[in-house]
Amino acid sequence: MTAASGSAAGPTIVELQGPRSSRFSLATRESLAGFLYISPWIIGLLLFTLAPMIASFVMSFTNFDPRSPGETQFIGLANYERMFRGILGQPGGDPLIGSSLFITVRFAAILIPVTLGFALAVAMLVNSTLLAGRNIFRTLFYMPMQIPIVASTLIWIGMLNASTGWFNKILSSVGVGGPDWLNSVAWVAPSLTIMGLWGIGNMMLIFLAGLQGIPTELYDAVKVDGAGRFSTFRHITLPMLSPVLFYNVIITLIGTFQYFTQAYIIGNGHGDPAGATNFFNFHLYREGWAFYDMGYASSLAWLLFAIVLVLTIGLFKSAGSWVYEAGGDR
Amino acid sequence: MTAIAPPITQPMSINSPLRRRLRRFTAVSGMTMLALLVVSAFLLPLLFMVTTSFKDKNQLTALGAPWYPAVPETMVFQGEEYPLYTVPLPDGTTRSLALYKPGRESSVWLDPANPEGGTIDWVGRWRALNPAYKVELYTDNFVTAWKALDFPKLLFNTLVIAGLGTVGAVSSAICVAYGFSRFRFPGRNGLFLLLLSTIILPLQVTLIPTFAVFAALGWTGTWLPLIVPYFFGNAYNVFLLRQYFLTIPRELDEAAMLDGAGPFRILRSVIIPQAKAAIVAVCLFHFFWAWNEFYLPLIYLQGNQSAEPLSTAIARFNGVYSQEPTLIQAAAIMAMIIPVAVFFLAQRAFMRGIVFSGVEK
Repeated sequence: MTAASGSAAGPTIVELQGPRSSRFSLATRESLAGFLYISPWIIGLLLFTLAPMIASFVMSFTNFDPRSPGETQFIGLANYERMFRGILGQPGGDPLIGSSLFITVRFAAILIPVTLGFALAVAMLVNSTLLAGRNIFRTLFYMPMQIPIVASTLIWIGMLNASTGWFNKILSSVGVGGPDWLNSVAWVAPSLTIMGLWGIGNMMLIFLAGLQGIPTELYDAVKVDGAGRFSTFRHITLPMLSPVLFYNVIITLIGTFQYFTQAYIIGNGHGDPAGATNFFNFHLYREGWAFYDMGYASSLAWLLFAIVLVLTIGLFKSAGSWVYEAGGDR
Repeated sequence: MTAIAPPITQPMSINSPLRRRLRRFTAVSGMTMLALLVVSAFLLPLLFMVTTSFKDKNQLTALGAPWYPAVPETMVFQGEEYPLYTVPLPDGTTRSLALYKPGRESSVWLDPANPEGGTIDWVGRWRALNPAYKVELYTDNFVTAWKALDFPKLLFNTLVIAGLGTVGAVSSAICVAYGFSRFRFPGRNGLFLLLLSTIILPLQVTLIPTFAVFAALGWTGTWLPLIVPYFFGNAYNVFLLRQYFLTIPRELDEAAMLDGAGPFRILRSVIIPQAKAAIVAVCLFHFFWAWNEFYLPLIYLQGNQSAEPLSTAIARFNGVYSQEPTLIQAAAIMAMIIPVAVFFLAQRAFMRGIVFSGVEK
């Protein structure tokens, strides 16, 4: 605290006792001022969140097409029927939704552990007291986050090009023949995972904050007990980091279900190669803005919301068993 | 050095300061080397981007071409141009020589350093040799990409969209965070929880009706849908600023209040100056986010390419020129140069802000 604010605190308290006689009107005035200041958010919440949510729910029972809004009709549960028949592989369903969900879930299952593990390893590296120039390294590992996704996608398209990219050139220099990464159905998801490593910046900073919050006494204590590096990591670092790990898992999971830009650019807007980049959010975009079936796209959006909500709640429910909370006994 | 003197009088042990310092030096250099290795591999694609963008496209497919931008070297002798090759000589050395008279099994060469000094005979197949390259930056890719993209217009569009959106996002977030952090009103905690819960709501859930309304208003194809919604406070920004405002001592507000300042005056002359670092962070956050945004410009500016920002225009450029990696990498540099430059500049401002606030508290 500065000296100025400290000296100001004294007289303030004394003199505020005086004009408190009209306490009620003061409290009301404070409430009104508070509402006035948060009113932009309240208006935004009504206009851009709550009203569109209701409208989107209603729309999911219609065949709304923005090119002919006048012909919109209620079609009951037809959109949801199409969706669930598609997921179950029954006739009359959306033929692409099953694969789009599978592609998204499988990608999440690869991307999340790989990027989290890498982010944690980098955070531990740039947190090490043995590293010279730690701030420079932190900046450099964070930096790719600041490259616009379109630009970084183009860089990786070039890097992973089968004939002119450096990735395969490096592999062939050690005698390994690399695949045609982004044009191969089998290799496109691993390619996107490699690209995802450039997005660790925020995760790394959050892990770093978590690492710096671990009391050094804990490390000193296990050192006395003669614990090795792995055992220290397993029994001190990991449990103490579990809250930030939890946060990172949720944020990445939500992000993966909304994965779009890379899929759009690499798939040339068609899900190339052979539908392998037909991620769920891309599928939704195509239904809405390529085929203008916005009623169906609305029902897909609600499925997306339901999945994200269920996964988030599920993670929160499971948190008790693996997330360490300081003072959790209270 | 003074520190070295004392150990001489002590018996050399495993814990002597010199040994310890040496051990620490080894550990630090080992760790730093490891980090350098990892960060080099991590950022290698950037080197790929820069070198590719300065290459002539023929170099990409040429056999034996170096990894850096270069052109095959030639030498002019008596008005004729001769290509240079890397020639292994019988004495085990290699030299760059100009191919004067090619032959199937043996050729006649000139020394480029001394062409008048006579010819050199060499036995071997010249076609099996690698051409000698010299470094040359080929800048035409940037000229072509600049013109094809109409880059100044894209830059203007992006700056206006990101800039006005930032003004809206920051001013509304300051306002709402001030309301949540400095006033007591009924339902405040419930409303704040509601604000936080909007973070997990996927954009897609509200996007379609919002799009339909903007389309009905005639706003599609304009910048309005990409700017106006940010004037209503975003949950992340409000949360960040509220947390920061809560750390500003209330005594400062009360002192200003005694001087007759109303709530708006307090916000302007107490809160905002105190929270400069956090406000700068929110500015950068939104600016980078808007510069990066792809989905929304894609759907709202579908029919009006002249209003497009860099992100969607560069993606379309990639569709047209996908067979020319040199142009694509030049375009990628043009798309990233400003955000990355701002990041490195703001990095310092950030550090200063943190140091200042640390000194004052």
